[in-house]
Amino acid sequence: MFRRLEAAGTGAAPGRTVRISVDGGAIECREGDSVAAALLAAGMPACRDTAVSGTPRGPFCMMGVCYDCLVGIDGRANQQACMTRVREGMAVVRQTGAREVSA
Amino acid sequence: MNHAATTHDTLACDLLVIGAGPAGLAAATRAAGLGLDTVLIDEQPAPGGQIYRAVTTTPVQDRDILGADYWHGLGLVEPFRRSGARHVAGAMVWAVNRTEDGGFEVAYTTSADGLAGLLHCRHVILATGAQERPFPVPGWTLPGVITAGAAQILLKTSGVVPEGTTVLAGGGPLLYLLAWQYLNAGVKIHSILETTPPGQWRQALPHAWGFLRSPYLGKGLKLLRAVRAAVPIVSGVTALEAVGGERGHLTEVRYEAGGERRSIAVDQLLLHQGVVPNTNLSRAIGAEHVWSQRQDCWEPQVDGWGATSVAQVTIAGDGAGIAGAMAAEHRGRVAAVHAAKALGRIDAAARDREAAPHRAALALATRGREFFEALYRAPAQFRRPVGDTIVCRCEEATAEQVRQAARMGCQGPNQMKAFLRCGMGPCQGRFCGLTVGELIADEQGRHPRDVGYYRLRFPIKPVTLGEIASLPQTDHSRSAVVRFKK
Amino acid sequence: MAAAHHPEFDVAIVGGGLVGSSLAYGLRDGAESIAVLDEGDVALRASRGNFGLVWLQSKGFGMGAYSRWTLGSTRLWPRLAARLLDETGIDVALEQKGGLTPLMGDYEIEARLAWVNKLMAQPGVEPYEWKLLDHHQAASLVPGLGPDVTGAIWTPHDGIVNPLKLLRAFHTAFERSGVRYLPHHGVTRITQAGGVFSLETPKGTIRARKIVLASGLRNGELGEQVGLHLPMAPQRGQIIVLERTRPLHATPMVTLRQNDEGSWLVGDSQEDAGYADHVTTLPVLATLADRAVRTLPALKEVRAVRAWSALRVRAQDGFPVYEQSASHPGAFIVTCHSGVTLAATHALTLAPMIAAGALAPELDTFSTRRFHVQKT
Repeated sequence: MFRRLEAAGTGAAPGRTVRISVDGGAIECREGDSVAAALLAAGMPACRDTAVSGTPRGPFCMMGVCYDCLVGIDGRANQQACMTRVREGMAVVRQTGAREVSA
Repeated sequence: MNHAATTHDTLACDLLVIGAGPAGLAAATRAAGLGLDTVLIDEQPAPGGQIYRAVTTTPVQDRDILGADYWHGLGLVEPFRRSGARHVAGAMVWAVNRTEDGGFEVAYTTSADGLAGLLHCRHVILATGAQERPFPVPGWTLPGVITAGAAQILLKTSGVVPEGTTVLAGGGPLLYLLAWQYLNAGVKIHSILETTPPGQWRQALPHAWGFLRSPYLGKGLKLLRAVRAAVPIVSGVTALEAVGGERGHLTEVRYEAGGERRSIAVDQLLLHQGVVPNTNLSRAIGAEHVWSQRQDCWEPQVDGWGATSVAQVTIAGDGAGIAGAMAAEHRGRVAAVHAAKALGRIDAAARDREAAPHRAALALATRGREFFEALYRAPAQFRRPVGDTIVCRCEEATAEQVRQAARMGCQGPNQMKAFLRCGMGPCQGRFCGLTVGELIADEQGRHPRDVGYYRLRFPIKPVTLGEIASLPQTDHSRSAVVRFKK
Repeated sequence: MAAAHHPEFDVAIVGGGLVGSSLAYGLRDGAESIAVLDEGDVALRASRGNFGLVWLQSKGFGMGAYSRWTLGSTRLWPRLAARLLDETGIDVALEQKGGLTPLMGDYEIEARLAWVNKLMAQPGVEPYEWKLLDHHQAASLVPGLGPDVTGAIWTPHDGIVNPLKLLRAFHTAFERSGVRYLPHHGVTRITQAGGVFSLETPKGTIRARKIVLASGLRNGELGEQVGLHLPMAPQRGQIIVLERTRPLHATPMVTLRQNDEGSWLVGDSQEDAGYADHVTTLPVLATLADRAVRTLPALKEVRAVRAWSALRVRAQDGFPVYEQSASHPGAFIVTCHSGVTLAATHALTLAPMIAAGALAPELDTFSTRRFHVQKT
């Protein structure tokens, strides 16, 4: 589990609140968060099941090199959650297995 | 999506700097100061790289939490902003192609518009930095296990910190720096599982003279003392395992130290085993690489200016071999001066004159590095895993599969790719390349430098097919692909 | 480095790619001891750069016998795949349900139709079923086919395998049946004395009573050493690999196919670029991607995880070469660029001929003599 440093005592700036949805449920995050940071701060360490064995994975490197934090964002599959900043109204979905190709 | 847009804005400049960490910021600033038309391109929305990540935007405003060394980064950003160099933020370079006139055509991707950006330049400075060394232990793929570097990025960018039982494991300065920053922020750490063998300081001792004269000494000791006073440290950890619960998330860390096996029920495990140069771009560009015996990793072959084996391609910072943040900025400036000479902006005498203070500063900043390298050398058992430990996270190839294929005669990482698909996933070998090389070396009694590394080609990060399709075509490219002639 | 001691082998195969491997696999019934000599990890390897097609249409324009030989191999493929599965447990994911060449616009349709008719009318071609499909017929085989694809050539004989699993299956079979696989044994010199060949390598000399040259682009220079003059003409091909997706159940196309594990291959270019196999060029990648997106627009959002280029092994005229040296009896040469398609016939037809010591007269067409007609 992760939490946010509070402004009092630590000097964390409050920041504007941004609301996104994850699998339809709303979560609050801070402007400037990556989607991965928002997921971890909301208590969701896993964001997908792998395409190979279907086992859960979550953000690992947070710097765009491991490709373990892939999620669906606003209808686009396999987006790097750690390299995408949250936007008001963004719809994030967990991925299970390989992405779909809608033919 | 905008289906109508099919045109590309092609940027042009003398010098392209890739990466906005200390090396890239310093290089771009210095190059612009020397009159070079300079573009700095970087994946992140704000400058700083990983070491100064979010230094202009972090919500963690109490400067004592992240420490003075972090805030030093602001001193690189301000001059960069005034330098006249252009900053293309949030852009990922995925191909650097040599053009017929000796320059480069660079393809990059910006966001969701589905179009590739193109840039033409005459010289490239790669300042793509480092990534954490693969640390393949059983269970390292479980949700709940992240790297210490990732944890630090969470803190810097979002002020997000662990809650519950948190264990740090591995070795290297970053592990202790993170622990210190957590202490400053009031975050409780259960323990640090130190994998560096207790006697390793003896190997480091011959290098101690440099270290004793280095600027790191005072700061480093103070930091270590603070962490040791507040956090239980288990030294001499020889085996480490992350164990998952019913949902497949981390629940437990098992380890062995001093011959005893222990277990901790945990919420988070933060792993770190040092950093290694990020070589995907330098390899795809075709630069020669050499094995670093002291750091057990590959690094590009560069001269004192950062020049590679490829004309007009220079590397600065940790991407040219790990030497730390302070060295990186000086190496950036040296590379910028070299680029000005390579582009005919200044002559050799001016180059030497301009570079002299940066080279002196660089020598000072790298003093004591050998001590660190010897002290924190990653132990063999954590570089050469066994059994069903996953080696390639993307394709889920295990250590035993790689070892078995090596015993069957598989000659190197590229043949291994063909056999096991390791290195064929989206991370393009970034988290398995070193391990696969070491395992082949281990099984065949060879040296990793003789085993080699994956051949890498563009795109150096995954990019949509539509984006590649948006690039300009030529008569030659069409006739090479479309072959229906009457 | 000290050379490991090896006995005299019945057969030494020079080249550990798909051609050499399929021959070694097939030779096991007729040879006591077999060595496969391979180079190191980075060599000019066509086997790692191929598309994994088991493909008939488009083969044999200019040499009818090549079409017939290819058709024979596609018929043998199910046997090879079954044997490999039985012996190694590796399913090479053979699928022979037909294949397509997508065509965009009237010009391409007319050009291709004329070309196929000419090909089928050649002497030596065994007639087989093929059709020109219109867009709707093709779309029934490829869900989501783009409107730009206005036609396609189809035959029921075309198909696909997983080429990486194929190579791995061969090597697994070697390990289990005593075939000696010797990497880092790039052959530099070949001599023959007293009916025994000596192959010099950086790791020492290998001796064998028969040799098979299956070293791809190096066959030109090695062939010279046993009196076989083979003009080579490498051709670069670039390929894009896409990330895994759920299966689309699309009929494979000559330039676009999904692998059994979900990834996609987008091909391919034919470029004369000498021996430069390390370069991928942006305009060629752009054209490849553009045609793939027009063929299957749903792939637009799918990511390319890799691109690569490899050199096709080609004799000057592009057709296979099979021959036993007249001056060095016991030395065979095998060169082709369809190592996957022909793997079945190489293993099950050609290898027994080599084991028996003579190639059948039907293979005369494929000898190097066709390059030297003018000279004599």
